[in-house]
Amino acid sequence: MTPVVELRGARKRFGEVEALKGVDLTIGSGELVALLGPNGAGKTTSIALMLGLRQPTAGHARLFGLDPNDRRARSRCGVMLQESGTTGVLTVTEIVNLFRAYYPSPLPTARAIALAGLEPKARARIGTLSGGERQRLYFALAVCGDPEALFLDEPTVGMDVEARRGVLASIRALSDAGKTIVLTTHYLEEADQLAHRIIVVDHGVVIADATPREIKARIPSKRVNFSSETAVGAASFSGLPVQNLEIVDHRVRLLSNEPEAVLRGLFERGVAVRDLEVTGADLEEAFLIMTRRP
Amino acid sequence: MTTAAAPLLQMLLAQTRSELLMRWRVPAFSVTNLVLPIVFFTFFGLPVAHVVRGDGVSIGAYLLASFGAYAVGNVMVYGFGIGVANERGMKIDRLMRASPLPPLVFMLAKVLTALVFSLVALVLLIGYGIVVGGIHQTPAVWATIVLRLLAGSLPFIALGFAIGYWSGPNAAPALANLIYLPLSFASGLFVPLNQLPAFIQTLAPFLPSYHYAQLAWSALGAGRESLWASLLWLGGYTALFLTLAVRSYRREERAKFA
Repeated sequence: MTPVVELRGARKRFGEVEALKGVDLTIGSGELVALLGPNGAGKTTSIALMLGLRQPTAGHARLFGLDPNDRRARSRCGVMLQESGTTGVLTVTEIVNLFRAYYPSPLPTARAIALAGLEPKARARIGTLSGGERQRLYFALAVCGDPEALFLDEPTVGMDVEARRGVLASIRALSDAGKTIVLTTHYLEEADQLAHRIIVVDHGVVIADATPREIKARIPSKRVNFSSETAVGAASFSGLPVQNLEIVDHRVRLLSNEPEAVLRGLFERGVAVRDLEVTGADLEEAFLIMTRRP
Repeated sequence: MTTAAAPLLQMLLAQTRSELLMRWRVPAFSVTNLVLPIVFFTFFGLPVAHVVRGDGVSIGAYLLASFGAYAVGNVMVYGFGIGVANERGMKIDRLMRASPLPPLVFMLAKVLTALVFSLVALVLLIGYGIVVGGIHQTPAVWATIVLRLLAGSLPFIALGFAIGYWSGPNAAPALANLIYLPLSFASGLFVPLNQLPAFIQTLAPFLPSYHYAQLAWSALGAGRESLWASLLWLGGYTALFLTLAVRSYRREERAKFA
């Protein structure tokens, strides 16, 4: 079966900056994939190559086995972009109707608006919508054509908690209905809640491509904080499974997947530990270690 | 799967309908395009409407044809120029680019929208001249003027696109005014040429609006050149403006979508 998305050795250079340094990835029909990485990692550029909004400097991109600019490929995709705008003077219903006309067998207008949770604003002019509502409108425009594949670049940015929950539920329902969904996010939590597969992108390369469970196993899960009665330095921790070590005077903060082993090692080295705290690590903070800038 | 893509005609109609609504709802566009020619005609044309020129045509009818030419060019240069520049500023082009709508259909919808607005502007202006100014011509003459002005508007569509892709949303209104107002004036659209200074009379036969207005003036029997000469000039200007438009469009494509 032809994959929905295929990038092969895809590179993209913008002047002096190489945004993508050779990305290979294949996304099959029905997958729900999150492209995860910090800002500037290359997520948006990857999506732009997949959709033909940018041409690769080297390598190639295929959408449903076709050139991404082919109208037959485009007609099977719904898209939500970060850097895009729309007119303010049409109403929500009017613009959803317009976008429905671009597709061969669209959803009913009311259904598309409901999937985005925009029913109360159906007759409102776009110019009167808040930032979060506007973001939901773009979601409605992405789904209104009932496409096989959805590309959502940072879909929940600017939404309040309730709106975010609603859109995430719609994404899940569309995935359950068999749609292929590719979304980008810089929140591990969001990727973890939604995706079956997480592709971690950083500095223009794929650094991990695995299930959410496997990704989480690779990052430190516990935060350890304590004070030391004696002077400690980074040398006291050499060889121990610690990450993100911070020592300020006698206060020590670190992340680890094996806090017991760390503490055992410290006792053996004669470090006196006081005010010990071991808590679950903040997922986002721990994730940043994976994508630490040199 | 039934069909691979939506029919292009369906897209074009939906896109044109939306463009019409969008233009209509922006007073800066709709009022300027539909009302301004009538206001100008009231100032320049009405007071002398029944004075008859040497060629037997009333100044009222002559200036209705002039302001008709001004009105259509105005829709094209402003509607396109400022509209396209604004949409680029708002990054509407990016979302459109990712949709299945072909860029050519997107542009064709703009052309159709401008033609519809031009038709409305002409009907309002000529209707105003007939009812308020009491200017008489046969319906066939009015119809010829309207059809010729719509069909001959191509160079101004191209000029609008060129301005829209060449300048940003802030510069476009200024640029459109700087180009189109002096052009209209120097082509004798506001005041008949024989009342203008000699150097403008020398300059006018080189300007696109001059030859464009000839299409309407000659329908009244007040033309100064053959229809073929006008069409030749307009064809040349279309080629020039289209070249500028395509160059600006390509530059933009390279910057945004390469």
